[in-house]
Amino acid sequence: MIINVARKELKSVFASPMGWVILSLLMFAFGTQYLNAVNDYFAVMSGAMRPAERTGVTQFVGQSVYGLASFIMLFAVPLLSMRLISEERRSQTLPFLFSAPISLTEIVVGKFVGLVTFLGILILFIGAMLSTLNIWADIDFGFLLTNSLGLLLMVAGFSALGIYFSSLTQQPVIAAILTFIALFALMMLDRFFGDDPTNVLGSLSLTRHFQSFASGLIDSADIVYFILFAVTFLTLTVRRLDADRLRG
Amino acid sequence: MNNFTVEAIELTRLYGGREAVSNVNFTLSKGEVLGFLGPNGAGKSTTMKMLTGNLAPSHGSVKICGIDMIENPKEAKALIGYLPEMRPLYKELTVDEYLTMAARLHRVSAKHIKKAVENAKERCGLTHMSKRLIENLSNGYQQRVGIAQAIIHSPMVVILDEPTVGLDPIQIRDIRTLIREVGTDHSVIISTHILPEVEMVCDQVQIIDKGKLVFNGSIDVLKRQRVGNKLLIGLRNPPAIEEILRISGVSEAESLANGLIRVRYAENAEPAEAIVQTAVQQGWGLHQIAPDQTSLEDVFMQLTYQEQVAV
Repeated sequence: MIINVARKELKSVFASPMGWVILSLLMFAFGTQYLNAVNDYFAVMSGAMRPAERTGVTQFVGQSVYGLASFIMLFAVPLLSMRLISEERRSQTLPFLFSAPISLTEIVVGKFVGLVTFLGILILFIGAMLSTLNIWADIDFGFLLTNSLGLLLMVAGFSALGIYFSSLTQQPVIAAILTFIALFALMMLDRFFGDDPTNVLGSLSLTRHFQSFASGLIDSADIVYFILFAVTFLTLTVRRLDADRLRG
Repeated sequence: MNNFTVEAIELTRLYGGREAVSNVNFTLSKGEVLGFLGPNGAGKSTTMKMLTGNLAPSHGSVKICGIDMIENPKEAKALIGYLPEMRPLYKELTVDEYLTMAARLHRVSAKHIKKAVENAKERCGLTHMSKRLIENLSNGYQQRVGIAQAIIHSPMVVILDEPTVGLDPIQIRDIRTLIREVGTDHSVIISTHILPEVEMVCDQVQIIDKGKLVFNGSIDVLKRQRVGNKLLIGLRNPPAIEEILRISGVSEAESLANGLIRVRYAENAEPAEAIVQTAVQQGWGLHQIAPDQTSLEDVFMQLTYQEQVAV
């Protein structure tokens, strides 16, 4: 049943130009970054004399592209998640889902899975694009894999937050702005509290948890962080929708 | 195990202390069409939302084919097809896409989806609109898509909130036939403002006013109330009222402003024949005789008005 709700969401995204435009624009941005990074690699490496200064092509190009991707997702996810519930609320289509034999959790998780699948396509494309480096060099696929996993987990966290804010309002734009501000604040936490590793607020930062993935390290604490982050906001969304049913 | 498809037991809904629906009880059996009547804001839609599990009742419970809506919402919802007042259509999809999605969400098994969609389209007259975007359909066709969505999984209970709003007369006729058709093997609940519609399609009528049921019974009871024991007579040379009262069976007579005479008679008497005979013998110039029907509107007004006085 979750899959059916997810399919519905994907269908809605691709039924309008919105989905295609976002996919193509983002891929254009990542492609450009990729080309630039490859060019830069030659420029930088030809200047790097000592062996210690030299890095692998995977790491150099990968960090550049995935760095941009994690930044762009900060804008892209709120734009995609804003419609999920607020739009249904505005056009009064929620009763369609509520009166179908599916639970609220299935509805919310279905929407979440739909959005993450859409973003997953993007992450898959980025991975495929970077794999083309293998034609000229011997690249480190493990590095690509950890980065993709990290990006997917982070995007899942973003989406869960976006869905929650979308369930609070009838106006998609407000949902997008709220999501963006919240995500930005969570990103910025690292700026302010990053110096002190014992600070609790600092460890809430999304960036810090993405960092280890970005350097090719899979840390179970980070995986758990992103999963808990997503589960928390999905639970809050279910509760918000349940309040609709109870209070009307 | 009884045969009720819908049971509402002491259904009550509070909105901030105010009772939008209070203590509504009714049952519906298989093959019955129930009409829900009431003025604006009477609680029709609220009741329907509670029946379909879109709104939690403050007290009381709903059972669909014996399954409690609050305890087993998924199983109960699987037996219901619901068209809310605001059509829940995804306008960016085509009719086919939307109905396929509806079938899938209502647990129609994968191999039957195609057939279910075709069937629903055929019943609602949508076959030639399959590939059109819902957004581009006219109001009436959108309404049909809404109805198609509600019957696609051939549910035991179909609940339609004002299904004929925005349709042209021919479409209204089609939809009424459709409701009757669905009503033969399933139960249907419709709400409407249009009183003759109730008379045409419903077996059972409920009139709800200010959240309370003021009338609950079969349509025949309402019809009988409507017909009454009255005749309207038109005479060219009307005699004195006393002369008419002398005819056997007539209990009351009064002249109306438009020159007609209204005659009341006792429950089992049939004075029409006697009146005609007398009129001919006396040369009263009879040109019209007809049963005097209070319109359904009047009955409706009476029922809702009585309630107001009682309050």
